[in-house]
Amino acid sequence: MWAYWQSVPAHWRELPARYRLEGGRCRDCGHRTLPEERVCPVCGSKNIERVALPRRGKVVNYSVIWNAPRGYEYYTPYVVALIELEDGTRVFSQLTDVHPEEVKEGMEVEMVIRKTRVSGESGLIAYSYKFRPVLR
Amino acid sequence: MVYVIGVGLTKVGNHWDKSLRHLAAEAAIAALEDASIEDVDYIVVANALSGVINAQENLASYVATHLGMVGVPAVKVEAAGASGGAAIALAKSLVLSGAADKVLIVGVEKMTDYTSLEDTTSALSTFIDSEYEAFPGGTLESMHAMMMRAYMKKYSVTKEEFSHLPLLMHENASTTPHAQLRFKLKPQSYASSPVIAEPITMLDLAPVSDGAAAVILSKDKGREGNVEIVSSGQATDTISTYRRKDLTQLPSVRAAFKRALEAVPDFKPDFYVIHDYSSVMGYVEVEELGLAERGKASQLFSSGEAKREGSTPINPEGGLKARGNPVGATGVYQMAEAFLQITERAEGWQVPGAKSGLVLSVGGLGANSVVHLVRGV
Repeated sequence: MWAYWQSVPAHWRELPARYRLEGGRCRDCGHRTLPEERVCPVCGSKNIERVALPRRGKVVNYSVIWNAPRGYEYYTPYVVALIELEDGTRVFSQLTDVHPEEVKEGMEVEMVIRKTRVSGESGLIAYSYKFRPVLR
Repeated sequence: MVYVIGVGLTKVGNHWDKSLRHLAAEAAIAALEDASIEDVDYIVVANALSGVINAQENLASYVATHLGMVGVPAVKVEAAGASGGAAIALAKSLVLSGAADKVLIVGVEKMTDYTSLEDTTSALSTFIDSEYEAFPGGTLESMHAMMMRAYMKKYSVTKEEFSHLPLLMHENASTTPHAQLRFKLKPQSYASSPVIAEPITMLDLAPVSDGAAAVILSKDKGREGNVEIVSSGQATDTISTYRRKDLTQLPSVRAAFKRALEAVPDFKPDFYVIHDYSSVMGYVEVEELGLAERGKASQLFSSGEAKREGSTPINPEGGLKARGNPVGATGVYQMAEAFLQITERAEGWQVPGAKSGLVLSVGGLGANSVVHLVRGV
């Protein structure tokens, strides 16, 4: 029953990525990742710096989840999406503030902070990035 | 040389009355009896979810204990759905290195101790990246869903065209004694199947299963009915689906197949055992194995070529879809079933004249793939 249980330190150490979308940039080839990696997945360099990634992007692929894992029932049905940020970095996120039927490939989205995972009645309420359609 | 000299398996299904230990012991004892041996030099346990679902780790000792084999060296291998295939690959290395003459591989999974779909979905979500895929709400099924969406878009394939794999798998499983879902499907059942993670529906996916299978590998041939593991190959891919360039490919399957073929470039299997966790993954796998052109896999299943009597038999036992998918045990089932095919013991589900086979096990969405090439000797 603990696959969904979020411990405080496990969430806390990911906060730079989850609150501010800070990832890694390879100083040798320029490739960016979220989260930051020790080794560049493209060129193998270990020369990585931390950078703030752009908070806007577009939906590349998505799925509407009707069978939610424990701790996510509240959101059902909800959309998870593969998003390409403006600099080309790919991230995986839940979408928010949108009806599932409105989601399209190519849709422009922006990062917001939202409640993400609730670990039971006494556990951590974890917030992190989600993406919503760009407001015009 | 490494030979499979005996196998054992339990029926796949919902074994409410049996624990992890009962299932493991049942399959292992059957395999030892099948090989007519009492002792082995090493035990390799294949399992993927016991730590999450059954609150049981230290599984190698746990299985040895309940088999009455205390003292025998043992280890557990975990590689999600590829656990069984990887366990066999490592056991084969033990035999080839001379560290062991006989190895017992026990694949076991007890999934139904989680009795709600939310908990089972959480357990399966441990096969994707926990911090950057599962934490935002992603599920294993949603990764398969994105693969299906990418495949449909790239090749202009309709949802209905994915029905051909589950339809054939159910037809095959209907005559396989140990299969979980022993009934045929109607095409209209596929069309009305409930959505799990759009566009993936329930009948695209393998069921939740309990089961155990065991295989004995030996450096020497057994008394009768031997199958040689001719060659094996394995490869990983990034666990982070969102970082993949093309979701319509499974490079790890391609690489594992290529590595297995290096030693035997002319190897031509009489039948194929693939890892159809979802219909779309099954399609991409047969394309990676060179059995169908890109985007054309559905024809292999709709034309009858993939039937037991067809030119390219695929999953004669019914595959993950209908034989069932006790995750960590599945790869061991696959090898045990290939053994039964080649030794002509697959009564009711026999591929006529099967002398050689290819066994593919895949973990996650192609994050880890293992190919074994086997033939009768």
